[in-house]
Amino acid sequence: MSRAAGVLPFWVDVLLIPLLNIGLAFLVSGLVIVTIGENPLEAVRLMVYGAFGYEEAIGYTLYYATNFIFTGLAVAVAFHAGLFNIGGEGQAYIGGLGLGLVCLATDQTLPFALIVPLMVLSSALFGLLWALVPGYLQAYRGSHVVITTIMFNFIASALMVYLMVNVLIEPGSMSPESRSFAESAWIPSLHGVLAMAGTHITPSPANVSLLWALVCCVFVWLFIWHSRWGYAVRTVGSNESAARYAGINTRRVVVFTMCVSGALAGFVALNEIGGVHHRLLLNFTAGYGFTGIAVSLMGRNHPLGIVLASLLFGALYQGGAELAFEVPTITRDLVVVIQGLVILFSGALAYMLRPLFERIWLQLSQPAAVTTDA
Amino acid sequence: MSPLRVLPALLALSLASVFAAEPQPAVVFDMGGKFDKSFNEGVYNGVERFREETGIAYREFEVTNETQREQALRKMAQRGSDPIVGVGFAQGPAIETVGKMFPDTRFTIIDSVVDLPNVQSVVFKEHEGSFLVGMLAALASETGTVGFIGGMDIPLIRKFACGYEQGVKFVNPDAQVIQNMTGTTPAAWNDPGKGAELARSQFDRGVDVVYAAAGGTGIGVYQAAADADKLAIGVDSNQNHLQPGTMLTSMVKRVDVAAYNAFKSGADGSWQSGVQVLGLAEGGVGWALDEYNEALVPAEMRAQVEQAEADIIAGKVQVHDYMQDNNCPD
Repeated sequence: MSRAAGVLPFWVDVLLIPLLNIGLAFLVSGLVIVTIGENPLEAVRLMVYGAFGYEEAIGYTLYYATNFIFTGLAVAVAFHAGLFNIGGEGQAYIGGLGLGLVCLATDQTLPFALIVPLMVLSSALFGLLWALVPGYLQAYRGSHVVITTIMFNFIASALMVYLMVNVLIEPGSMSPESRSFAESAWIPSLHGVLAMAGTHITPSPANVSLLWALVCCVFVWLFIWHSRWGYAVRTVGSNESAARYAGINTRRVVVFTMCVSGALAGFVALNEIGGVHHRLLLNFTAGYGFTGIAVSLMGRNHPLGIVLASLLFGALYQGGAELAFEVPTITRDLVVVIQGLVILFSGALAYMLRPLFERIWLQLSQPAAVTTDA
Repeated sequence: MSPLRVLPALLALSLASVFAAEPQPAVVFDMGGKFDKSFNEGVYNGVERFREETGIAYREFEVTNETQREQALRKMAQRGSDPIVGVGFAQGPAIETVGKMFPDTRFTIIDSVVDLPNVQSVVFKEHEGSFLVGMLAALASETGTVGFIGGMDIPLIRKFACGYEQGVKFVNPDAQVIQNMTGTTPAAWNDPGKGAELARSQFDRGVDVVYAAAGGTGIGVYQAAADADKLAIGVDSNQNHLQPGTMLTSMVKRVDVAAYNAFKSGADGSWQSGVQVLGLAEGGVGWALDEYNEALVPAEMRAQVEQAEADIIAGKVQVHDYMQDNNCPD
């Protein structure tokens, strides 16, 4: 694989093949849509329009993308150390708990300017702690992080249900939700911020956490490729024995990487709880932690790729909802099929087209080699 | 703009106003989906009946995450749908937000109360229906130990459990009620395997009648009861036909009627805002008796339960509602 990476020019590998994979996914989705008797071109038009066609749609797409950037970065950071963090879901959930507790405790007394940094810190800290335990177990006890993070997702949801049903529920409320936070503990929405600047757009859930997500992308890029810690992380990821031989404390790197990963996943709470729901509730993570794995794979574990993949998945979520809304015969399950096909083609089958392109490229660049190959 | 270009736009506008005269009703199903064999499907049956009877089509949407509830309700309202039915307590906050944005649109929320002038709230006294099936369970039980299997551990399901327990104790104060919840995630509403497992573990501890308030998970409970030759009690819809001979009864909650009435009254103009509490007296909850369980409910048992039903309606017997104080009396 490493040899092959040198064969193809950068743009084929990073742009052309992913785009073709998405195209193939849509082609197969189109066939499915034809078999249920709908017009696939109309479906694509509705999906694109539903994701980017008007201000509110763009807002929803960006709102979903914000979640995916956080969880995608979380998966990517762990991946660079050779760790598969499947626990983004639970880390985000517990991050929400931390953020919710801080908001409930301080929203009546502290001003906005103090609460927001506290919200950022608490969501990161709780997410971090939830990833620290699997990280420690992997590094010092040899329990595989895939298994432990999955189990920690279940522990997180059990803990949240217990707390929401028995402790944090608003008295007299039907559903297990906390009271709403005071407005001083709301992450400002994009339409609110733009309105203050004099530009009016349609309200949508997109909020300032998006900017924080982009800042995190820069931080992750600096961390992984331009810091000593990042170097240690990548060394451990590519060859743990060599890293140990070179004098890197691989156990500490594993724990540290999981902590960074968990903190990034915890930031999902900023967008969901701080920016949209303004109260603590169950299941706000809605599978974003798992989608983060696909986002990270598709973005080749690079912040820029993750932003693009997040936009694509945000568009699939929002455009898919629009499609299900507009066409009665296309149910939400069919939308999941389309999303699944995109993940299949650009994640699992990401390298399917590659040998073909390599052969074509070799033929084009050195025609003489063809005869000897054959 | 040339007149030729304006013409289609004008046509479209006039067409739109024709459609606006006959607003389409709409329903927003919750996460379970419209074919959950239980709560959402009840609503689906109700609105389908409305469509068959009146020929009026309706808009629908099934949400897949928390944020979509508000989005879907708002889109329905923007398209001029009226009335709009929200299914499940989880849509309460969303209905409140969207209801304020569209004060001229009529909303109906099932299973929750939203206090707005354009919202109709329909809630059920599940504890009354559960009380009656609890009595039936205690009367049918030979071991004096009966079981309860809930879906996700939320206050609403504890309300079912609490009413059931009171009914059991009403008949036999010494009876034991063993309770289990299936899980802590929404997956608990659709886990028949786990339901069967819990039912078998309860049978091992002496349970011979089990009541499942767990959505699709109940299917596994009923199967396990049939396999072990024990009795089971269904929930929400009449599920007696699922395992004829071992289904003692079902606690029916008429969400279909609530949804049908919302659409119907919306169409004929008799729709009213405010809170509707549907209990035994209103026929909103009850227990199912049909050809599948006749043999299991002898006449004296039936008489005893019907007496209690009349007493509850008359106010002579009080059934405590768990959700009033989040507490169940022993």
